[in-house]
Amino acid sequence: MSGSVVPSSVQRIAVLGAGHVGPVIARLALDAGFEVAIAASGSPQDLELITQVVMPGVKAQWAADAAAAADMVVLSIPLHRFPALDPGLLAGKLVVDAMNYWAPADGVVPMFQDQELSSSEIVQRRIPLSTVVKSLNQIAYQDLEDGRRPAASADRHAIGVAGDDPGAAKLVGEIIDRFGYDPILLGSLSAGRVLQPGGPVFGAVLTRSEFERAIHATAGQA
Amino acid sequence: MTNSTGFPIVLGLDTFGDHEHDAGDRPLSHAQTIRNVVEEGVLAEQVGVDFFGIGEHHTDDFPMPAADVVLAAIAARTKRIHVGSAVTVLSSDDPVRVFQRFSTLNAISNGRAEVVLGRGSSIDSFPLFGYDLANYEDLFEEKVNLFAELLKGGPVTWQGHLRPSLNNQDVVPYTEFGPFPAWIGVGGSPQSVVRAAHYGFSLMLAIIGGSPARFRPFSRLFLQALEKFGREPLPIGVHSPGHIAETDEKALEEFWPRWLHIITKMSRVRGFAIPTMESFRFEVGPQGALFIGSPETVAQKIAANLKTLGANRFDLKFGMPGLSPDSLMRNIELYGTKVIPRVRELLSITAALK
Repeated sequence: MSGSVVPSSVQRIAVLGAGHVGPVIARLALDAGFEVAIAASGSPQDLELITQVVMPGVKAQWAADAAAAADMVVLSIPLHRFPALDPGLLAGKLVVDAMNYWAPADGVVPMFQDQELSSSEIVQRRIPLSTVVKSLNQIAYQDLEDGRRPAASADRHAIGVAGDDPGAAKLVGEIIDRFGYDPILLGSLSAGRVLQPGGPVFGAVLTRSEFERAIHATAGQA
Repeated sequence: MTNSTGFPIVLGLDTFGDHEHDAGDRPLSHAQTIRNVVEEGVLAEQVGVDFFGIGEHHTDDFPMPAADVVLAAIAARTKRIHVGSAVTVLSSDDPVRVFQRFSTLNAISNGRAEVVLGRGSSIDSFPLFGYDLANYEDLFEEKVNLFAELLKGGPVTWQGHLRPSLNNQDVVPYTEFGPFPAWIGVGGSPQSVVRAAHYGFSLMLAIIGGSPARFRPFSRLFLQALEKFGREPLPIGVHSPGHIAETDEKALEEFWPRWLHIITKMSRVRGFAIPTMESFRFEVGPQGALFIGSPETVAQKIAANLKTLGANRFDLKFGMPGLSPDSLMRNIELYGTKVIPRVRELLSITAALK
């Protein structure tokens, strides 16, 4: 389905979306030593003051420019805006899907109503020329920065990484590790369902063993 | 007493009309809960609280959909305390009606009305009034735009997409002494901060989880955005939940089961995993967003956060569904008689050391 578009390494990260989540992910990436650009629906000028004050060092760009120059693109736009996003912007890119679908709180988005598929599988189908990995969606944005811990800390927290392309998932896992979290690789986008709202680890800040226990407890029930 | 931006320190209380239980833990009626909220507002003035806010909600746990009616009752029985919303869910309301109701409240209270506008983190009003959650951002953007026009006074001409246009329309009652204070409640989005500055509304930071300190850049962003738009500095407030009792232990003991019950329900609605005692302990600690404990504990935390955030106002959201009227009245009394003087003292010590 997706072509092999996994870069050999990631240096430049583009974050699409400058709401609650995007700026936090941009700061995580910047702190981890990446070159970071951020884009919202409007012009870079509209974002300049925000980037200067809230994420100094991050470059405000048009979405198309940010995505074109990036090795990896993080999607942190409101999910109901995703259907209007031009798939061409993301063609040939490694894309991290940090979005969530939860109709009771966010409204129904018809594109995402198929209960047989995880929301990231639907994202992948919509952008077939990209390689989608689901991650960074499950810890609440207000906990993402304070939750970071150095590698090998006993109380390091875990973030799930789900992808159909093992190389892409591994690469994103390495980036999550640099951000300050233990990556937990899940075998496929479909398996990434456990990371979604309503799943056992959504909104929770857990260590690796707590994370794994929570997932297995759910698998046991199913 | 003023803060670093020159605005007076304001210490207020907010409620969501949390459904109260009697001493035997039996739910009171919605009607009795509402009457109790009126008494709470009156007591707040008596013990020296600066502001009493009521947040619109639409559920059995928070039966408070017509907050401005209750505010009017409080205004009629008080002289000094400011009364306002916390928040008014503007996205699912009509800006003309909101203006009219608060302009009326301002008349009744002799200029003590304030409105805090929000998109609404609780979304129960959307299906109730037939709004689509998918328009969540657009509805707020457009209605804030109209509200800013209405607040200027004079006939309004306005065009939008989600609400019928207005053509040179007179909107009464006129305000007596210029516009009443209007705030925008902001969660974690920097774009919302810039929007508040763009329209010249004061900034109310709703800090209900995680570390309050992470909001520090937002105060700077707000002031710089105001400057960019050619506006004078405006007040910055903080709204956070909490509970005060004689001792830390008593406050935690009263609050925890009520909080767990509500947060568990909310988790189901939002799809979040249920929080643990450990996450609760974090929120109660110095890095968290819950202001729970003895008057001294809570005063220290308020003073520290006002300084950190460069804010001049703190509104404690008191109560939690299931708490008794006695516990709430005690909370208000301790806040007014112990916490407020202590916060002022702590801030003046800091100011003197500068």
